Amino acid sequence: MYETKYHKSSSVEDAVAALAAAEEGKILSGGQTLIPTMKQHLAAPSDLVDLRGIDALKGVCMDGDTVVIGAATTHADVASNADVQAHIPGLAALANGIGDPAVRAMGTIGGSVANNDPAADYPSAVLALGATVVTDKREIAADDFFDGMFATALEEGEIITSIRFPKPSKAAYAKFPNPASRYAMVGVFVAETGGSARVAVTGAGADGVFRHDGLEAALSGDFSEDAAGGVSVSSDGMLSDMHASAEYRAHLVGVMAKRAVAAAG
Amino acid sequence: MSEGIGARVTRKEDKRFITGKGKYTDDIRMENQAYAAFVRSPHAHATVKSIDASAAEAMDGVIEVLNGAQLTGDEIGNIICGWAITSKDGSPMNMGAWSALATEKVRYVGDAVAVVIAETQALARLAAEEVLVEYDELPAVAMADKALESGAPEIHDNAPGNLIYDWEIGEEAATDAALAGAAHITEMEITNNRLSPNPMEPRSAVATYDEAEDHYTLYTTSQNPHVARLVLSAFYNVAPEHKLRVIAPDVGGGFGSKIYIYPEEITCLWASMRTGRSVKWTSDRSEAFMTDAHGRDHISTAKMGFDADGKIVGFKVDTIANFGAYMSLFSSAVPTYLYATLLSGQYNITNIHCNVRAVYTNTVPVDAYRGAGRPEACYAIERMMETAAREMGMDPGELRRRNFIGEFPHETPVIMTYDAGDFDGNLDKALAAADVSGFAARKAEAAGRGKLRGIGYSCYIEACGIAPSAAVGSLGAGVGLWESAEVRVNPVGTIEVLTGSHSHGQGHETTFAQIVAERFSLPIDNVQIVHGDTDKVQFGMGTYGSRSGAVGMSAIVKAMDKVEAKVKKIAAHTLEASEDDIVIEGGEVKVAGTDKAMGWHEVGLAAYTSHNLPDGMEPGLKEGAFYDPTNFTFPAGAYICEVEVDPETGVTEIVQFTAADDFGTIINPMIVEGQVHGGVAQGIGQAMLEQVVYDDDAQLITGSYMDYCMPRADDVPFYTIEHNTTVCPGNPLGIKGCGEAGAIGAPPAVINAITDAIGTNDLQMPATPQAVWSALQSVQTKMAAE
Repeated sequence: MYETKYHKSSSVEDAVAALAAAEEGKILSGGQTLIPTMKQHLAAPSDLVDLRGIDALKGVCMDGDTVVIGAATTHADVASNADVQAHIPGLAALANGIGDPAVRAMGTIGGSVANNDPAADYPSAVLALGATVVTDKREIAADDFFDGMFATALEEGEIITSIRFPKPSKAAYAKFPNPASRYAMVGVFVAETGGSARVAVTGAGADGVFRHDGLEAALSGDFSEDAAGGVSVSSDGMLSDMHASAEYRAHLVGVMAKRAVAAAG
Repeated sequence: MSEGIGARVTRKEDKRFITGKGKYTDDIRMENQAYAAFVRSPHAHATVKSIDASAAEAMDGVIEVLNGAQLTGDEIGNIICGWAITSKDGSPMNMGAWSALATEKVRYVGDAVAVVIAETQALARLAAEEVLVEYDELPAVAMADKALESGAPEIHDNAPGNLIYDWEIGEEAATDAALAGAAHITEMEITNNRLSPNPMEPRSAVATYDEAEDHYTLYTTSQNPHVARLVLSAFYNVAPEHKLRVIAPDVGGGFGSKIYIYPEEITCLWASMRTGRSVKWTSDRSEAFMTDAHGRDHISTAKMGFDADGKIVGFKVDTIANFGAYMSLFSSAVPTYLYATLLSGQYNITNIHCNVRAVYTNTVPVDAYRGAGRPEACYAIERMMETAAREMGMDPGELRRRNFIGEFPHETPVIMTYDAGDFDGNLDKALAAADVSGFAARKAEAAGRGKLRGIGYSCYIEACGIAPSAAVGSLGAGVGLWESAEVRVNPVGTIEVLTGSHSHGQGHETTFAQIVAERFSLPIDNVQIVHGDTDKVQFGMGTYGSRSGAVGMSAIVKAMDKVEAKVKKIAAHTLEASEDDIVIEGGEVKVAGTDKAMGWHEVGLAAYTSHNLPDGMEPGLKEGAFYDPTNFTFPAGAYICEVEVDPETGVTEIVQFTAADDFGTIINPMIVEGQVHGGVAQGIGQAMLEQVVYDDDAQLITGSYMDYCMPRADDVPFYTIEHNTTVCPGNPLGIKGCGEAGAIGAPPAVINAITDAIGTNDLQMPATPQAVWSALQSVQTKMAAE
């Protein structure tokens, strides 16, 4: 790892100031991607601004029917939170399936969403649930947030403070893990709210997380395994690598969609 | 409870291992220690135009940057392959030059061109990035078959067409004739996937040159420190043997990859002399993927002919073996004498012919990895047998039984003489333990859940206990493969055993103590095993090829024979009895049938006080022995794997795995079971998960665990393990060896089960979900077309 300067912020304002002052600062919010990348000399931030000490960014609360999750809440805390389990059990299950216990104890939802790894789990939930990403500057609808692999609508120095998940009627996530890395090779999050379905796919798309129109159309009004199974998923725009061809990934999107619908009950 | 042979004794060494107190090479801290970091080629094939180290050398704390010209200028020798193979036209193998630091050319991604010696590891690595190497890139080739094509980039000047040797064994004309008359022919293209060894502890070296003494000490992660010293002295010209001490302390796994002497150890020794500092290098995991010798990587076509009764009439195999960019220490022997000589399997076959072409490519050198040649042979034979049974509509067990060798010794047409075995008995035990008769019901039940259930067999045999020195010498080996031991009885009766075997996970400190405890009727706590240090242990050929039991323990037995003879003489003299009447039991040395006895410790004391020894007897009680085996040993067994495939995703779950092994005498069943568990897990890894992948430019794609799929606990099942013991007649304890069996026997059992489940034999390893799904798609397409 190259030399870097570590800041532990106690407030969002602190963090914003530290980032602004840094030559090439990076936000640290769990570090489950950033630290390994730095260890391999593939990233060399001059400063690391750690958000996990900011109490205001941690924890889950209800705002009416909306589950509000602080950006610095760990995957383990999301997975075990009673409100998340009660209102969006599919989201709790997703959080409980990220990485391994060590990763879940360190990694945070804000870190994952801001990084927008094409094989990360959370972006599919944010997109399928029509969540709102709240930053220190504004609120961004999920549909406007993700912008291709590792790219988002966040501006330089903008910090995610929380994510607001409206409660769906039904929702679940089904993941086909990459056999080696166990990241999502294909992950499908399905959500139904008031007869209308949203389906987001992670791990499979060459441009990162995306909504699948065909599956959404089929599941809106008929939220069933059969409806999902009847959709032909095209391999256009799918990733292809040594683990899975575009065709195989496309096929798995259909299978995981069916399994997610089944899990949603 | 007995602690002798057959006792399930917990391991003496585990306390330090599981409490984090093991002492590994990277734990060694020398005074005046500096650190090495290697500058490695990012290109698979390139000429080195220039190296500019000025920026790195200007950095504070950088001691020196050294390169290949300086290394060869100091007359450090090239790295060699120690087994000479002769091509079928009589020509010697084409071994290209391998300098520890490349000089004119780099030949694989990771080839070292320079080394930075600095005050800290972090600094050495930073400085290595500042060494500017100018390369002229050359076209590169990663696949062995592509490297043989005309127009392929040539990697070594003295290996035209990248061919290292073109070798054969067996009678080609007779085999062709037998195949021509066969009632049924099974023909297959078989690839044996390239694997990365991945021991838990990465390689490491700490080298110290003591100028005042003109003496070198090397701590290193080696499976065979004496062999390392021998090669470093005799070939690499680092120092003569008496001025070089090699210590392999606790070593965290090897699987073959720590047999060889790599560029890094040589460079650290040389750099220590150049800089006057101790020099430490420890590989990180990325370097391990990039530089530890890989295993397997064969492409074969195989043809097996049967008569109308299902008897094998001929077996013909044509194999291309990928050797990587340089010939590693034992590389040449792996696809020849460790592979083709096992192609008779457990079967009585009159006609076998195998041709092997060894090929250079722009990849990491390939050498022995757990099983080494025998997994490749077993995989070819056992996939052929299962496929042939399906094609002929026969039960796969019955086809094997019709061909099993039943009488021993049995000489195969590929120069092995099997000494003992019970192949029917192994299969009987496996069939019963796996409840094969209940398979049809289980398959039907699985179908109800939408799963495809399949079953596959593998009846493996391997040659272990490597090896009779004269025999391997006649086949080209540059060394003898005996083992040595010294047994020292102390004046208080405790015992130290110095062995040339090396333990890096095998549990020798326990099992070797068990055979001594058995022989002299002592608790194992009174026996200490000393290994891994050329200054302590007289000599040794090390641990690989499942040889520590069959060869290493045999040397200990020979030394114990001598100790026992002397003990009996002393006791007979003291107790005024005949030597023939002396027995050792219950911690005592007694006159049989009387109450006349000496404590074991009293004999030791008598030997060392020397107050009253028989006339002419030398004082002391310490004996050494060398043991050279008379034959290989032949562990064999029957494995049965049962899988369920999810046809929607191609995901395969191993639901049952049964191993019935014949390892000969078992010293410690718990340790043997552990070896089977680990070996089968590695076999499952090869069959379903693991694969080194290079792209078309010979860049390593699987450079980390993000892409190289190691088996995890939830990838493997609970195992059912049976033993069917026939004692090995070739060595005093009747041991055959167990270290590699699982990795040899498991892959074909797994693939045979998956192909049974999905209804096509057209499947190569690793059977990843994608591979299985694709195979299922082609079955469905084929069915639709029909």
